[in-house]
Amino acid sequence: MTTIITTNELSKTYPGKRGRGGPVEAVRSVDLEVAGGEIVGFLGPNGAGKTTTLRMLTTLLEPTAGEATVNGFDLRRDAVNVRRSIGYVAQAGSSYPLAIVGEEIVDHARLYGVERSVAQARTTALFAKLNLAGMEKRAVKTLSGGQRRRLDIAMGLVNEPPLVFLDEPTTGLDPQSRANLWEHIRSLRDDLGTTVFLTTHYLEEADALCDRILVIDQGRIVAEGTPEALKRRISGDGVTLTFDDAAQAASATTVAGAFPGAQDLATEGSTVRFRVPDVGRAIPSLLRELDASGVHLTDVEVRRPTLDDVFLSLTGRSLRDDSAA
Amino acid sequence: MTFFTETWIVFARSMRLSLRNPTWVIIGLSQPILYLTLFGPLLKPLAPALGTANAWQLFVPGMLVQLGMFGALFVGFGLIAEYRAGVIESMRVTPASRTALLLGRVLRDVLVLLVQGTILTVVAIPLGLRAPVGGVLVALLVVALLGAAFSSVSYALALNLKSEDALAPLLNGVAIPLLLLSGILLPMTIAPKWLQDVSDINPLKHIVEGVRALFLGDFGGSTTVWAFALTAALVAAGTWYGTSTFRRESS
Repeated sequence: MTTIITTNELSKTYPGKRGRGGPVEAVRSVDLEVAGGEIVGFLGPNGAGKTTTLRMLTTLLEPTAGEATVNGFDLRRDAVNVRRSIGYVAQAGSSYPLAIVGEEIVDHARLYGVERSVAQARTTALFAKLNLAGMEKRAVKTLSGGQRRRLDIAMGLVNEPPLVFLDEPTTGLDPQSRANLWEHIRSLRDDLGTTVFLTTHYLEEADALCDRILVIDQGRIVAEGTPEALKRRISGDGVTLTFDDAAQAASATTVAGAFPGAQDLATEGSTVRFRVPDVGRAIPSLLRELDASGVHLTDVEVRRPTLDDVFLSLTGRSLRDDSAA
Repeated sequence: MTFFTETWIVFARSMRLSLRNPTWVIIGLSQPILYLTLFGPLLKPLAPALGTANAWQLFVPGMLVQLGMFGALFVGFGLIAEYRAGVIESMRVTPASRTALLLGRVLRDVLVLLVQGTILTVVAIPLGLRAPVGGVLVALLVVALLGAAFSSVSYALALNLKSEDALAPLLNGVAIPLLLLSGILLPMTIAPKWLQDVSDINPLKHIVEGVRALFLGDFGGSTTVWAFALTAALVAAGTWYGTSTFRRESS
């Protein structure tokens, strides 16, 4: 398989401002490789360096150190060829509120050297796939937030690039549109062999859409792998047991503590939490033992590891807290 | 694809956006007329004191230079709005020449200025303006070049500052002294000596004098040649600042 993106210690440091502390290392020596036809996701909290890395790879931001090759072109020496061979959907949008939708996307395509008639045909096709059919004559400002986001995505794809960068592509989309867009991104890969590099702080998105995930935190890549492989790093599934009172929870804690393979045991009021490998096989015998000890179970919850658990175990912080804040 | 095509795409897009905003068209066209009708008559009784037979030959060139400067200096606000909408970044990620992204917009501004300047001059004729056609046409060319210089500077400042709140005081801080020391409204010949000396360092003052000379039919005099040279220098400096800002990777 061909390598589409390679970076070597790519870094971006913003100089400190007077009275506002020292320099900020937004991206620290990132080494990554993306193969052709992959959907790779950059997963991390806000401020982790996802957008900064993307802006460097799309030639919008000059790296302070390190190198990168995109589609075979050197990022620093051959920026124009890099631009020619990529599509980019920014987080901030890409069209002017007073402009006309169809004109905005056709002009964008023409700046890539695409003929007007070809650009119009591509627009029609993209709009049909992205549920924007018939929107060409509307002013950008009359579109809903979700429609506008889908217009951004259409603009990023209208030059039919072999590699497309999507910065938080589904932010502001309702669940239905999000699922549609995932479908469209998958079909880019499956039908056209397009390589997709996206950033997201949605765990579900990274899990459902990405072939491979790069977990980034504080400017560093802290882990990478398929969603499955990352989740396998978490030893065991989470079990939460709830009882009528704290006394019973205390007895259950003793049972759970002696249970084979149980770890990360924590008791909180009438609730007991722990992890156990292969929960499907463990649960019947666990319940029998609890029964034998005479405690009365009111609720049991079993949870497979999520990417959030992966992030938590890698960084000690939860991604969900971040996205909720 | 050629640099020309890219410039044309950016120019046509900007022009469409300008024409689609009728408020802008009305204000842009009415302002010169307001100056002519509401300020021009004040100069008429002053004509002998200003050393001219036809006050419009003094006033209209001043208005044209003011148009070239003020009309162009504030175009940066539009760019900040585009930047905020993500348009600038989405254009910068295309392979189009960075200079074309600037030049297409500057050409739109120059065309708008030429239309406004022509209207201003034509409206002044029934009011009493008399000037040789050739001189007026060359004067409009000077105004267009001046507009190109100031609009480039305005775009570069906008892209560097990225905030209306920072751009507005800066532009006003520069424009007002430039205007007052240019002799645009009243010629500097009636100023006290010290004020004349201060105004001598303002290139716009010499350009205004040159444009006034053009309205009197003087094409080759030293005043006119000075005005051409200073305009050329301003265009060179303005477009250099503009293109170097647009070319920088991280702006």
